[in-house]
Amino acid sequence: MQHVRTSGPGDEAAALDVAGVSHSYGPKRALNDVSFSIAPATFTVLLGLNGAGKTTLFSLISHLYDTRRGSIRIFGHDVSRASGEALRRVGIVFQARTLDLDLSVHQNLSYHAALHGIGGREARQRIAALLDIVDMPGRQHDKARSLSGGQMRRIEIARALLHRPALLLLDEATVGLDIQSRAGILATIRKLVETEGIGVLWATHLIDEVEDGDHVVVLRQGDLVAKGKVADVVRTSGATSIRDAFSRLSRIEAAGAAEISP
Amino acid sequence: MSAPAMPEKVAGVMPVRFEKFGLGHYLICLKGVVLRECLRFLHQRERFISSLVRPLIWLFIFAAGFRQVLGVSIIPPYKTYVLYEVYITPGLCGMILLFSGMQSSLSMVYDREMGNMRTLLVSPFPRWFLLVSKMLAGVAVSIAQVYAFLIVAWFWGVKGPPLGYLMVLPALFLSGMMLCALGMLLSSMIKQLENFAGIMNFVIFPGYFASPALYPLWRIQEASPLLYKICLANPFTYAVELIRFAFYGQIDWLSLGVVAGCTLLFLAAAIIAYDPSRGLISRKQDTGGNA
Repeated sequence: MQHVRTSGPGDEAAALDVAGVSHSYGPKRALNDVSFSIAPATFTVLLGLNGAGKTTLFSLISHLYDTRRGSIRIFGHDVSRASGEALRRVGIVFQARTLDLDLSVHQNLSYHAALHGIGGREARQRIAALLDIVDMPGRQHDKARSLSGGQMRRIEIARALLHRPALLLLDEATVGLDIQSRAGILATIRKLVETEGIGVLWATHLIDEVEDGDHVVVLRQGDLVAKGKVADVVRTSGATSIRDAFSRLSRIEAAGAAEISP
Repeated sequence: MSAPAMPEKVAGVMPVRFEKFGLGHYLICLKGVVLRECLRFLHQRERFISSLVRPLIWLFIFAAGFRQVLGVSIIPPYKTYVLYEVYITPGLCGMILLFSGMQSSLSMVYDREMGNMRTLLVSPFPRWFLLVSKMLAGVAVSIAQVYAFLIVAWFWGVKGPPLGYLMVLPALFLSGMMLCALGMLLSSMIKQLENFAGIMNFVIFPGYFASPALYPLWRIQEASPLLYKICLANPFTYAVELIRFAFYGQIDWLSLGVVAGCTLLFLAAAIIAYDPSRGLISRKQDTGGNA
């Protein structure tokens, strides 16, 4: 598949634009009038405790659920109306492990490449190159079942990058991993923002994954309670640090503070 | 994990504009989905063996036991009296397709629970195409199982007309599509894997036994007019008859019409069910992860 470099008007659109999105599970409101946008080539952290609505938001962005109230645009393409065009520009790492354990690494990645219309030599080249990037060179023929949790995550990241997305969504990508694996994955993703200009939405409840230069979006029980650069969020919430700001915004009692630490 | 720069051959992520998907891209996608299904099947040897053992038990044991009890008169497409083993062979082919179709439904529920389904559903290709690809993959695996069964049956002495093995292929394909589409529709209605037992009790067994797979319809009519009407309302009845006639180089037009119609109906319903804006999936609001 050929990709054409362009500097057309579509490139000036936000990488992700979420406007007035609400979503309910029956009578239970999961998201309530959420609006924010992400510029291309930026790292944005979606912060929220469990049940804040992060995964629901990811399901709406990836068109697993339909957006019934509000709109979501990826580089100007409406996810509901032009889901194909929108989904071609986004790579997704889901919270749940999604590798097929019976298949090899190469078979898993080839399957994903095919789902994006990439086959043959081009798919093989991309797979080999991306396995280098995620520090798993030559592991094509390993069974997915034989990989550790951290290695599976690396493969899922390679898979999400296979079709050259301009926006990468990662939902709690480091949950259940040791500190070293977490740091490695985070460093790789941040590097991709710098070197490749990929926009990243990184959902987490672990506050130590936020850096000073990041943008943050904070959800609490479906409500967007803060957004902006880290320094701005700290200032407007009257906190002393982003950890303090997140605790205040999420109304975490002292006993529950450990929840936001690894 | 180190963070090297993306190599040139992968680089160039931004800004890019994608060309429209052409036929070649669709074929790559279809091939990928079919290949994955075949690989999964090959990796699950137990599934292959059990899919083969089930009809063989019916052929080797059930048919041998009942051949003296159940006489089969001369009915189309047969031109002479046939052994009971010969009569039930098309029905057993249908049974393989039925179980395989439901198995693909089970695997979709499993994929949804495990999260694998998400990788399929976030593909940029149209959802109808992804579901049809998934169905074709299921049918390819089903047909391979049927031919494996027919080879064993051949060595057991149950032989059809040589040309029938070729003529039956389109009938197997269409019947397999109908049953896979039904399985896909059912999978959209099942929330948890545990509920799949209901499919066994309410779809597979009634569907199989209320059909001419094991006994001709005229015998059922003699035994119970009500059951006969139920059999006539059962789409699997027509799949079995389509296969039976095709095996002898004939086309049962009624069966062909019903099976083709039901295939379109079930497929349309499955596509609607998996459409996030309209379907049952969106109402269940869970495709494999936390809400």
